[in-house]
This record gives sequence, C-alpha cells and structure tokens, in this order.
Amino acid sequence: MGLQSFLAERKKDKDLLVMAHVVCGYPSFEANMQELEIMAEAGVDLVELQFPFSEPSADGPLFVNANEQSLKAGTTVEDCFEFMKQASERFPFQLLMMGYYNTVFKMGEETFVKRLKAAGGVGYILPDLPVEESANLHRLSEEAGIEPIILMTPTSSDKRLAQLGAVSRGLVYVVARKGVTGSKTNMGDDVLALIERCRQHTDAQIGVGFGISGKEDMDFLRGSADMAIVGTAALKTWEQSGADGLRKFFAELMA
Amino acid sequence: MDIFDFSDGREGYYGEYGGVFLPEILHATIEELLVCFRECKSDPKFWQDYVALMQSYSGRPTPVTHLENLSRKLGGAQIYVKREDLNHTGSHKVNNVMGQGLLCQRLGKSKVIAETGAGQHGFATATMAARFGFDCKIYMGAVDVARQRPNVFWMENLGAEVIAVQDGQKTLKDAINEAMRDWVTNMADTHYILGTACGPHPFPEMVSWFQSIIGFEAREQMLAQTGRLPDRVYACVGGGSNAMGIFQGFFDDDNVELIGSEAGGEGVGTYMHAARLAYDDATVGVAQGFKTYFLQNDEGNMNETHSVAAGLDYIGVNPIFSHLHDKGKVRFEAATDIEVKEALRLTMRTEGLIPALESTHAFVTAIKEAPTMGKDEIILINQSGRGDKDIFTIADALDDAKWKTFIEGKADQYRGEKN
Repeated sequence: MGLQSFLAERKKDKDLLVMAHVVCGYPSFEANMQELEIMAEAGVDLVELQFPFSEPSADGPLFVNANEQSLKAGTTVEDCFEFMKQASERFPFQLLMMGYYNTVFKMGEETFVKRLKAAGGVGYILPDLPVEESANLHRLSEEAGIEPIILMTPTSSDKRLAQLGAVSRGLVYVVARKGVTGSKTNMGDDVLALIERCRQHTDAQIGVGFGISGKEDMDFLRGSADMAIVGTAALKTWEQSGADGLRKFFAELMA
Repeated sequence: MDIFDFSDGREGYYGEYGGVFLPEILHATIEELLVCFRECKSDPKFWQDYVALMQSYSGRPTPVTHLENLSRKLGGAQIYVKREDLNHTGSHKVNNVMGQGLLCQRLGKSKVIAETGAGQHGFATATMAARFGFDCKIYMGAVDVARQRPNVFWMENLGAEVIAVQDGQKTLKDAINEAMRDWVTNMADTHYILGTACGPHPFPEMVSWFQSIIGFEAREQMLAQTGRLPDRVYACVGGGSNAMGIFQGFFDDDNVELIGSEAGGEGVGTYMHAARLAYDDATVGVAQGFKTYFLQNDEGNMNETHSVAAGLDYIGVNPIFSHLHDKGKVRFEAATDIEVKEALRLTMRTEGLIPALESTHAFVTAIKEAPTMGKDEIILINQSGRGDKDIFTIADALDDAKWKTFIEGKADQYRGEKN
C-alpha cells in the first residue's frame, strides 16, 4: 500500500498519527530492532530509518553522535537497506528512509529508488535536497510509487509554500521551529498558524516535528496536525533508560 | 571569460558543480543573501568603498616582489611573488572578510559567525567584527583549537567567542557543520561569513569576487614591473579562495598558464592528503551545501584528510575549480609535507620571506618548474599568507630543537608562577 492510502487508513481510527525515528546501527542493529518492537507495540504508524552520514549538518548533538558512532561501527548502506527489509516484513508500520542527499547521489537516484522499493520503504526525507534539485528523483519516485517527503518551515514565504505544496505527495513534514533536531519547541499559536498556512498549499497529510517530546505536545497538536513526529526525545530516553524507559515513553506519549 | 554569467545555464552552477544543497529552513536566508550580493556587485560605489577600506585598513595594494636570488639559484624563469602576506592579519583572508562585513552592514545583521581551520579566517573575522561592531562567534574544531592556540588567543582578545567543536574529526569540516547549525537557528540576525570559495551559491561567487582584488592588482603590477604578463601563475588550493583571487586577473589571458597546488600530505597512494584534483582519489559528491569533488568513500561518507598546512586540510574544493579542471583551464599539482618544509627553508634563506605553510605549497610547485623554463620567462606566485605568526606550527614542522627547549622553559616558568 502506498503511503497516502496507508495514512488515510490509519487515520480512520486515530485523530493523531505518530512517526518515530531510529538511526540505523546506533547503538546497534539489535537495539534498533528492539526499539522498533516497542514502537510497534505502542501503535506507531510510521518510522524513519536514518542512514548515517559523516556530515549530518541539519542534526543536533544527539543524532550527530549517533551518526558518527554508527559509521565508526562500520554501518553500510547495504546494512541499512537489509535492516529496512527485515523491519518492513515484520511490523505493521511503514518505513521511510531519512538521510542526506550524498548517500542517494553516490549510488545514483535510480538505484536508490529501486533499492528503497525493494526494501519495502514507502518514501524518503532528504533534508539537504531542495525542490530545485529534486525533479529527476521525484519523477523516478512517482513512477515507483515512492513518496518524497517535503519539508515546510516557519521561514517559508507563502510563495515558497506554494512551490513546495505543488510537489508534495502523501505527507508533508512541517518543521515547528528554526534550528536543528533535538531542542524543545514551545508549542504555541505560531505553530498552529504555520500548520494552517501549510494546509492552504497542500492536500497531503501534515506531520509536525522538531522538539516534540511528550504527551502535552501531542495534546497540543491534536485537531490541528495529522501526525506528530518524535525523534530526539525517544533516542534520549533509550540512551538514559533503555527498553523499559522507551516502552514507558511511548505508552505515555500515545495514551 | 565570465564564469559568473549564468544566463546560459543554471544559476550557481559551474558546469555540473556548485548549486545550493541546504535545509529548506535556510532557503529564505540564502535568497536574501543572493539579492543583497547582486545589489552590491552591480553597485560601483560598493566596490569603491571596499577598495578604499582595504587601502586604509589592510595596506592594499599589496606589492609584487621580484625574487632575484631564488630565480638565479634555480637558473630558470624569473620568479615574482604577490605579497598577500602583507595584509593586515597576515593573509588574503581579510579581503573576503572585510567585503562580507560591508555586505553584512547592508543586510542589517548584527552578528557574524564563521568557521576556521588553521585560525587565519577566524582571526580575520574577529578583527573585522571588532572594527564593525558585530557580535562574533568562531567555530573551530577541537583538534585545531589545541594546535593553534596563538590564533585562538587573538580571536578571544579581539572579542570573539571561540567554540571548540567536538564532533567528527574535530577539524575544519566539522567546524563548518557546526556553523551551519548555528545559522539554521539564528539566521534572522546572523550572517555566516564563509571563509573560502566553497559552500552553497552565492558563496563561491561572492568570496571569489572579493578575492579578485588580488588578481586585478597583480596583473597591472606585472605589466608595470616587467612590461608583460607572466607565463605561469601559481597558487595553493585548499578551498581555493586565494587561487581564485589571483587567477581571475588572468582568466582572459590565454597565454598565461594557471597552476593550483594542493596538499599532497604524505604523498600519492597514502590517502593521507587533501589533493582533490591533483590525485585521483576524489569523486563528485554533495556535502556542506554544494556539489564538487570530495575525498569520500564509495557510499559518500567523507574520508580523513591530512596536510602539514591546516588551511589546506579540507575534503572538498571550490566548484569553480572542479569545472576549470574538467575544462583544462587550470592545472593542478600537489606538494607533499616534506617538499613544503624544504621549500620553506629555501625561501627563508635565499629571500628572507616566510610564507605560510599553505602558501609554501605554491612555492614547491613553482620551484620544481622554474628550472625547466627559460631565463626570459616569468612566473608569479601568490604568497597568500605569512608564516611568522604561525611560529608554533612551523617550529613543529621544522622540528626545531632550540624552540622546544624555549617552550619547555616557558612551561616551567608558568608552572612556577602557579605554585
């Protein structure tokens, strides 16, 4: 099932979907699999698997360290696709590739789309690939039934949002604030106004990420966004309190 | 040849290299910068103000010196040197920094951030910020902070905050990543003063434009002093800003050969170098906001690089040079660490010049080639920076025993004062 219809299906029983994040190979693929089990139990709808990159300039300290440690441990692109394949066969949630464009560029856009599709992925998030550079990749993706996740941000003008909206499909990732991943966002009227602005330019589902860390953020977004995107807070929990902590984190988040 | 005329191609692209590969959140900031830069570039008054500032504050025009002793010793071409080392703060970096300072005033931003490797660019930025009254933050890899204390000392005393970056290899590329992370957060009041002709458009064009003052001066000076143009022009290439600076003066002169000298580190086949174009180890990739040749593995993760000269020790090269390399307009060679130390000694002893380790890479290639040329031929080297302020690094590179004894004595003295 493609991302768009999958999300529509999941939304029938839920008012707010959840997307979670793991960095492939950090702390290990075994740990990643455990994290995914917990996410599946909690009813997470979508998971982004980050393929580690040596220059993760859009990430905050926690993910930067995770990228670095994973590469140090020898994680390859092949490992990440293999893991994605296992996970896509095993869990009810769908999977996205998240990473930096050089990973895609080096293997070739056509190969990337083929491998992603073969591994059961339904889309990708490439934060350093602007739409100006995406035409070919978007075309290949459309042919393969893979969704490019477009990012909309608080600094995007209406004109820019219209441009971004025009190429969006399936899901739009609304960045709740400036900065890199991992710091707290004060959810307020500006976030709601941004979501509203984005809605005017896309029919895709709207996920909101950057700084989502607990139930109060979920409550805030409910009724406004379609999906909450949780990244750093979950990794932080895993690092501090392991599997039990993470289980509790998602139970509380999704209560 | 106007490589910055994008009317026939894609804006910000040089052949297949360049572009803008940045997070969406920076789109508006980069647009704003591009608009402001275009205004500055098309306003003759801006350039006049810039030249006046560089004359009164940095001692421009920097002279061209004929190295008669070295030329005679090598027995070939006549060697001339463009003296960017005589700039305020000791290198060509100040050209770009003062230019971007003027541009930052136009942008109406009150804070500047910069990355630095060896510390020359950080030092120049801290100097400019002090003069213009900007808040200044310098990102520097923790490894570089540890080995370049004198530059850190000056940056801090000039009022800048120096942040030691602990990620990755803890060197220049990691400092760039961290500066980017600051910028995506604070772009509303902050301008990022990128130090070389790399990164997303319009930085390669903008940095090249400010550095072009070197080449325009040098061309006139060569005509005035020798009555003709040089046969070859040499410059070291890290990111490539000093080389772009001097080469631009000769882009339209087809009889002038342009030679870039990269960091050969420990040599061909060692993978301990930063020669992106002279050696065959680099491939095309996209990182740090632009597309160019990078020293990376098959999966696109960056390799470790090495050079005795921290200012050349970088994974990528400016996209204009990747293009000019393809077109055969610029020839690229590499100088190894060992060759650099020898050339530095030779230049000091025969001419009393102390080029920076970075600049010495250009001397190495010129010194190799001069003897093969005729006595009536002329070569021009860009001495992009001076070495005497990097006394710690150079003393290390030359393994100077008396210097070590002095430092041990100093250390004992400081320890004594503590107790």
